[in-house]
Amino acid sequence: MPAEGLLAASWLLIALPLAGAAALLLGGRRTDRWGHLLGTATVVVAFLLAVGCTVQLAGLEERAADVELFTFISAGDLDVTAGLLYDPLSAVFVLLITGVGSLIHVYSIGYMAHDPGRRRFFAYLNLFVAAMLLLVLGNSYVALYVGWEGVGLASYLLIAFWYTRPAAATAAKKAFIMNRVGDVGLALAVFVMFAQLGTTSYAGVHAGVATLAGGTVTAMGLLLLLGACGKSGQFPLQAWLPDAMEGPTPVSALIHAATMVTAGVYLIARSAPVYDETPTARAVVLAVGALTLLIGAIAGCAYDDIKKVLAYSTVSQIGYMFLAVGLGPAGYVAGLAHLLAHGFFKAGLFLGAGSVMHAMDDAVDMRRFGGLAKKLPVTFVTFGLGYLALIGFPFLSGYFTKDAIIEAALDREDAWGWVLGGVAVLGAGLTAFYMTRLMLMTFFGRPRWEDGVHPHESPTVMTAPMIVLAVGSVSAGALLVSVFPLADWLEPVFGEPEEATHVVAPVVVGLVVTVVMLLGVLAAWLFVGRREVPVTPPVRVSPVTRAARNALYADAINESLFMRPGQWLTRALVWFDNRGVDGAVNGLAAGLGGSSSRLGRAQTGFVRTYALGMLGGAVVVAGALLAVTAG
Amino acid sequence: MTISYYLVLAAILFTIGAVGVLVRRNAIVVFMCIELMLNSVNLTLVTFARAGGTVDGQIMAFFVMVVAAAEVVIGLAIIMSIYRTRRSASVDDANLLKY
Repeated sequence: MPAEGLLAASWLLIALPLAGAAALLLGGRRTDRWGHLLGTATVVVAFLLAVGCTVQLAGLEERAADVELFTFISAGDLDVTAGLLYDPLSAVFVLLITGVGSLIHVYSIGYMAHDPGRRRFFAYLNLFVAAMLLLVLGNSYVALYVGWEGVGLASYLLIAFWYTRPAAATAAKKAFIMNRVGDVGLALAVFVMFAQLGTTSYAGVHAGVATLAGGTVTAMGLLLLLGACGKSGQFPLQAWLPDAMEGPTPVSALIHAATMVTAGVYLIARSAPVYDETPTARAVVLAVGALTLLIGAIAGCAYDDIKKVLAYSTVSQIGYMFLAVGLGPAGYVAGLAHLLAHGFFKAGLFLGAGSVMHAMDDAVDMRRFGGLAKKLPVTFVTFGLGYLALIGFPFLSGYFTKDAIIEAALDREDAWGWVLGGVAVLGAGLTAFYMTRLMLMTFFGRPRWEDGVHPHESPTVMTAPMIVLAVGSVSAGALLVSVFPLADWLEPVFGEPEEATHVVAPVVVGLVVTVVMLLGVLAAWLFVGRREVPVTPPVRVSPVTRAARNALYADAINESLFMRPGQWLTRALVWFDNRGVDGAVNGLAAGLGGSSSRLGRAQTGFVRTYALGMLGGAVVVAGALLAVTAG
Repeated sequence: MTISYYLVLAAILFTIGAVGVLVRRNAIVVFMCIELMLNSVNLTLVTFARAGGTVDGQIMAFFVMVVAAAEVVIGLAIIMSIYRTRRSASVDDANLLKY
């Protein structure tokens, strides 16, 4: 139904950060002194507006509001209107984006205080928030696509924020190109919708998808999944996300942990009616989720770079979410609950890591940390709470949301349910291992700091957002399960939650997961906490460790499977272009030039030669005429 | 009357003219040979006009004569100026316009 009141102004949610970005980028150096405050203010105001909109939405009978804006494309049968859809699903995303976004903007005021590019940073961050809000608020796949590309651009700009560092520039390019692979899938999916249904609005596509042939729907589902995999760092496009940690830490927290990388989960959840029609594509989503969950967790165990461990943890946790949304109606709510909880604790963990780096002169090697718990008490406590939430410590948020996913997997009541559930439980154990390893190496043990490093606690402007996020990490899970049940809130989108018949009692699942988690913690203590951490990584290690240190050779596989053949192909094409295409054109020109200069020799300058030619010609013509008339 | 006599005469005149153009080098002679060919054509035209009882061919012959007169004026002027610069009236000497 058409929006009224505050909801009618929900376009301001996008317009405000966009205006902030425009002001900061166009205002130039004049805005240097107060630009960061403006950038933060736009997002905070957007958050307050989002809260107002959501409250109003909760009071509506239908709990969905359309905001028609303008005609975007109108050509023949093609009619795309730009409009917003404020429904429970987009509402939770808007709250997450603007809420966590506000906190991270505030944090960035402290983190980027001494950076000469601070204004540019806030401009890009605002641009990201605007694009991300368009992504989740758009009422059609085209609007989603515009936002999708917008966040990709913002992500690229922010990873390469310190563009003078070659590693950052390379990482940004890698992220951009791998995202492009995924975006091609999304674009093709939109084209399929245009071709087959003539519309791209959610309402139109979801209503018409049942009339399509099975193969078309499966293709659409798989193409959407490819797009989701690119943006969310899922197998086989997971390799860009850890490299993206070259960007400033607030960027890692906001874009590469809490919001943008979860866009893939949003896309699949939003396209639920498409996946309802195609069990094949849904099974592929499950496989991708389960595989990525393990890849991320295994790689996370071996890295020494604190941000990369968190990045692989993100990859792994988004794998959980894909697994959940791949389960179908039983898993959507569990996946989105995990997404929201993850948004809180992972953003908090990244901000904590940023605080540690701030204290350690931007060092990221955990082998040179150690014993920071006493020096950074606030960071330690907030990071510790995020850690407990992530590993699923009983009654913190990860415990509720991860268990819900594992239960939903087991409730499939087939062999695959056991496999997926087993993978998810194994992933929980690995998560506990690598996160405990990270905690032990960073905050406990003997200090192994570089000379001249004097750790100090971060200023209040940085610790305050960390405290808020820590509170969120602790409480989000319980809130989403009991006080504000997400399942009821999302009911208009995903339908009435079925009363699941549990194969295994939730209590048993909870116990098993907790035991596995404790085993992971114990293993980490045995391997890392019990003995001295060497300052340089050991060289003589098992093949498994070596594989994990190389992220299971994802880069090597990409390189040998795609990059090198691609280079060969381009080289062959260049050769063909130079020799084949250019050769044909140049050869034709050379042939014409040569023959004309040879023909030119006939111009001797002797008049009598020409006269003979004319006579000969005349005779031939006369002869021909005679032959024709006589014949 | 038999027109074949006139036509054979015209053909002989034309052939003499054509061969003269091709084999002689002196520009004046080549020029006269061209006139010869024109006049052989005139003869043919008049012959056919007479045989057909119309005046078309005769009018055409007048045109040819007018054109020939104009051509003589220009052609002789060119030959004169070439002779003045190159001290020669041979058509083979005026061969600069080539590849």
